[in-house]
Amino acid sequence: MIAQRKMGISIGSLTLPNPVMPASGAFGPEMHEALDFNQIGAIVPKSITKHPQPGNDTPRVCETYAGMINSIGIQSKGLDAYLAKTIPEFSAYDVPLISSISAESIDEFVEMSDVLGNHPDIDALELNISCPNLKGDGHAFGMDADVTYELMQRVRKVTDIPLIAKLTPNVTSIQEIAKAADAGGADALTVANTMLAMAIDTESRKPMVGNVMGGLSGPAVKPIMVRMIYQTAQVTDLPIIGCGGVMNGNDAIEMIIAGASAVQVGTASFITPTALTDVIEEIREYMDRHDIMDINDLTGTVEI
Amino acid sequence: MMKQHLLPILTNVQVSERYWHMTIDTSNMNERIEPGQFFHIRCSDNAFPFLRRPFSIYRINREEDTIEFLYLVKGEGTKDLTKKKPGETADLLGPLGYGFKLDPGFDEILLTARGVGIATLAALAQEAGRKGVRCTAILSARSKNDLLAAETLQDFGAEVHHVTEEEETSGVESVESQMRDIIERKDVNALYTCGSRRLSRLNQRLAAEYGLPGEIALEEQMGCAMGACFACVCDLEEEGKHRSVRVCLEGPVFPLEKVVIS
Repeated sequence: MIAQRKMGISIGSLTLPNPVMPASGAFGPEMHEALDFNQIGAIVPKSITKHPQPGNDTPRVCETYAGMINSIGIQSKGLDAYLAKTIPEFSAYDVPLISSISAESIDEFVEMSDVLGNHPDIDALELNISCPNLKGDGHAFGMDADVTYELMQRVRKVTDIPLIAKLTPNVTSIQEIAKAADAGGADALTVANTMLAMAIDTESRKPMVGNVMGGLSGPAVKPIMVRMIYQTAQVTDLPIIGCGGVMNGNDAIEMIIAGASAVQVGTASFITPTALTDVIEEIREYMDRHDIMDINDLTGTVEI
Repeated sequence: MMKQHLLPILTNVQVSERYWHMTIDTSNMNERIEPGQFFHIRCSDNAFPFLRRPFSIYRINREEDTIEFLYLVKGEGTKDLTKKKPGETADLLGPLGYGFKLDPGFDEILLTARGVGIATLAALAQEAGRKGVRCTAILSARSKNDLLAAETLQDFGAEVHHVTEEEETSGVESVESQMRDIIERKDVNALYTCGSRRLSRLNQRLAAEYGLPGEIALEEQMGCAMGACFACVCDLEEEGKHRSVRVCLEGPVFPLEKVVIS
């Protein structure tokens, strides 16, 4: 007889059927040809901006040792197109829909959260506070604890649905930012976005991506993310969504043991379109092998 | 179709200094493959390089149920692909994208290809040969050695002209006068190009001047090849406005006159 393993997890008032979801920007509606969307923990569309924006110059991706640098630049059709097309397209699936928001100022985060956070088809918001604050000093919102606190607090006032703060790893102390997001009203933390990186073609002496610098993802960053998940879990009780270099079920389990409640899968989907469902299956196998009845029992069980 | 296939490699051999040729058994694949489409291929099982690389299809052999790739060994990915042996498995995602449109009304087409772009247009020459459309090809490369693999176009009945840097025949002016001569002499119905920005601009200019339709196959670095990551974008000009498109999803073949060549 096969034991009934519990894989559901909670983010605030929202329950996900399992702990595996796409990382924003590594998932699109066209992938339904290769992947059964109804099997994943949640749908996370590419980050949306208020106004349409063209994105960065090409080349926008390059490969480095066990990693990938991207400088896509959040190419976006804007909020109106998102409401008219993206949301209806994804609401057809039977899993929670988490909207990832990118904005240029706190006011714009609030304005967009007011629209999306009160939309009947959207179940949670992921605030991409890793993007630069153009009304501030150009640093990412998530690099400053006070700005993070203010942003979360103001967004909290306009919506009741769960708020996930997507933290940037490009900080001295992720714990300080995590505590600020928690105090400001976040329901969960995504740890973390890509690491600022650069690669140069030594023949042409040109940067490998058009925007000179970009975000590093893939297996190369995973140990850093495991460390940050562990550190974050020491200072907050909020659920953590681990992100960065999850290539298989074992990587997901490692993040869960470090303190994550769920994981996001990005780069792996570029190599194997079924990576998301493969990871779910491999988590289930691990639970069988270790006789874990509830995935939540595994969170933060690292033995130090 | 975004489907992952694990298919047997039949041959994988070096055909010139920089080019390799691989044949894949597609008898277990049901999807129809069109010239101009591509596959996103995993070149190694290692942690580096681990991203797939896009490869256009060089020949489609429907009777034998095989496809062939002609590839330029350029970086770590293609270097690793040369290590694959017959009998081993190739991990292919595809066939992806939209291929060339060969209008049934065409009698005579002109192809202009540069470098590994020759591989992309070879599949079109094959299709033209099959459909009885006469085909002339101007193939441009660094060296005569790079063109060794291009001989196959003649097998399809195409009339092939070679130009190279080595022989100082590949300049735009020289190619332009050859193109004009062929277009006028043969009453060409359509232009197809791949592999060079300079040749693409030339094709756009001549297509406009002679009032000919045409298509261009774009080469772009790709991430996912499934439309998710927005890495491989280009602009199309439509009714005076620029529209960003994803090469993997809406291309890689586009109407010649619409593509904004950067």
